[in-house]
Amino acid sequence: MRILVCIKQVPGTAKVDIDEKTGVLKRSGVDSKMNPYDLYAIETALRLKELTGASVCALSMGPSQAADVLREALMMGVDECALLSDRAFAGADVLATSRALSGAVQVLGGFDLIICGKQTTDGDTAQVGPEMAEHLGISHASNVSEIISCSESSLRVDVNMGESSEIQEISMPCLITAEKDIFVPRLPSYKRKLKTAGADIRLISLNDLPDSDPKGYGLSGSPTQVERIFPPESNSGQVMLRGDPEELAERIFNILNVSKFI
Amino acid sequence: MYKQFDSADLAAIKSLIPSERVYSGDEINSDYSHDELGGVSRFPDVLVEVISAQETSWIMKYANEHLIPVVARGSGTGLVGASVPLHGGIMISFQKMNRILELDADNLTLSVEPGVLLMEISAFAQENDLFYPPDPGEKSATIGGNIATNAGGMRAVKYGVTRDFVRGLEVVLPSGEIVELGGKVVKNSSGYSLKDLLVGSEGTLGIITKAILKLLPLPQKSISLLIPFDSMESAIGCVPRIMRSKTIPTAVEFMERDVILDAEKYLGKLFPDKSADAYLLLTYDGSGSQEIEKCFPAVAEICFSSGGRDLLIVDTEERMESVWSARSAFLEAIKGSTTEMDECDVVVPKSRVADFLNYTLEMKIKHSIRIKSFGHAGDGNLHIYILKDCLDEDSWKKKLQEVFEDLYAKAFELQGKVSGEHGIGFAKLPYLKKEEAPAVWNLLKAIKASFDPNLILNPGKVVSGF
Repeated sequence: MRILVCIKQVPGTAKVDIDEKTGVLKRSGVDSKMNPYDLYAIETALRLKELTGASVCALSMGPSQAADVLREALMMGVDECALLSDRAFAGADVLATSRALSGAVQVLGGFDLIICGKQTTDGDTAQVGPEMAEHLGISHASNVSEIISCSESSLRVDVNMGESSEIQEISMPCLITAEKDIFVPRLPSYKRKLKTAGADIRLISLNDLPDSDPKGYGLSGSPTQVERIFPPESNSGQVMLRGDPEELAERIFNILNVSKFI
Repeated sequence: MYKQFDSADLAAIKSLIPSERVYSGDEINSDYSHDELGGVSRFPDVLVEVISAQETSWIMKYANEHLIPVVARGSGTGLVGASVPLHGGIMISFQKMNRILELDADNLTLSVEPGVLLMEISAFAQENDLFYPPDPGEKSATIGGNIATNAGGMRAVKYGVTRDFVRGLEVVLPSGEIVELGGKVVKNSSGYSLKDLLVGSEGTLGIITKAILKLLPLPQKSISLLIPFDSMESAIGCVPRIMRSKTIPTAVEFMERDVILDAEKYLGKLFPDKSADAYLLLTYDGSGSQEIEKCFPAVAEICFSSGGRDLLIVDTEERMESVWSARSAFLEAIKGSTTEMDECDVVVPKSRVADFLNYTLEMKIKHSIRIKSFGHAGDGNLHIYILKDCLDEDSWKKKLQEVFEDLYAKAFELQGKVSGEHGIGFAKLPYLKKEEAPAVWNLLKAIKASFDPNLILNPGKVVSGF
């Protein structure tokens, strides 16, 4: 079995300033890291590898420094990796991104299973994974919270539907997006860092894609127009509760319950 | 010898402090009768929430004139009964005196009231790109309590303990006089350092009403390394060599698999690695990842040649959270795994940590009792927990006494001290007396008498055997 994991480099902290005039994230000087949701995707792939002997490839799209997250994926245990990078991809929205990524999947070829994180911490759309599946014409399941079983030709998974969960059996090839906490992601290994230091990262550019017309990619291939980006308002309102501990516990439980925190 | 607190005293206190901040009898929540672990409890006769040094001074003056015991209390997170009013009397709570007063960016100092929580101080410093290094596990403790116990924490290896970050104190003496000790100065050779004497005095010499803390520029990046080992011996055996390697970690913690499993159960979430029986957790800080990563080859060479299996890299907020939330929950997790427990917070020279831990393993067998441990391998401060499990009360007390006698005797043999960071309080007083030479003990008693001639401040603690 061949598994592909799609990963993305995102700002290292959630406290990124936004230029209110241009709506662009101020990324300069900010540490980058792997999108935290992608760690669950990698871990899911590595667990399936341990179970079935599958090989795991990691794919990222971004500028050359996105190679850092691919190196980290190698340190976690993936076997090979590829970077999709071209100036023509700059400014891509979810549609243009998923089109480019699905092209890269065709270039790399022969995957039985593609795993993405359920969303990224910078864009937060949760759309790229499912859109890739649509471009590729394969089945997909989003927000997979458990891999129940895996056979040669299909995958049985538990899908988090928000208010309920659904068990689905999906024929391969297919794409899933991994829910947070599906597994506890392993930590990158220094031993693997030494071992994979010389590993090649395969570079894929626009001209390598089956459809290399630049109009379909980057800003020109993106129907989404961003009017304004602004940080969400934070609410620092406080409620003071008084009473004996048992009564307070009950009231706090009710508040959290009503607000759907628990 | 103390005056019994009566209704006239209550009326007098209420004439000094607005009555909505004065509690007596049933109005006092049971939390104020104990701390987290001291094995001792008693309610104060009156609980007063003060909001200024002046109010504290009025109470002290009244108490001193009427021979009423006074105990100061922060969040009550102590572990040796230091904030328990053994003789009743007045308890002063500093939870409402919790303002951050001044950030002096030129002198890199932060002035705070004693009720500010440790987590509020680190968050405030961080927001200003500054750093308050002392990092005890209990983040909801007040700074007043931290200073009173000279709390240590996990970054002591590189940065030192609370005392190293206290520049000045405002203190209310038993007479009610308000004095300033130390200040914003960096150097000070002006006579005896009373400020340093107050740090770690557990409310027995004076009451801290303001502290001037020293801050550092915030290191831009921090990376931890979780290092699995086949055995505790090989893990601990590496520590002196890591310290000799001049890589200067901020923290060197050791942890055993079964304590990690307790923490998983307690927190309801899984630890990222459980493949090994023992772990070292090292943390390095610096200006960026590249600078910090320069330490890795040296650490790897030491650990791999001594049974370390790998260096697992903990370099993002999520990874820090997954590893350090477990480490921070160890105390509560062990507590949750048994019916009752008591602790030994000895500190031994760093080179003797392995000897002491091996000795605790012998004690488990000798006394047939469960003993769990974790702690700061890098500074020699160990937290050894003795668990009651199914023992009945009498056997527990007897066994605990025997285990403690053995552990402290061993600690002294290894040139160690009774307490690394939790203090003496009530629980460790007999062992402090045993440790110190008679001449030193007499000096300690004389210092106490000189500050507090009527012995009204926190009686029964540290040196006062009343």
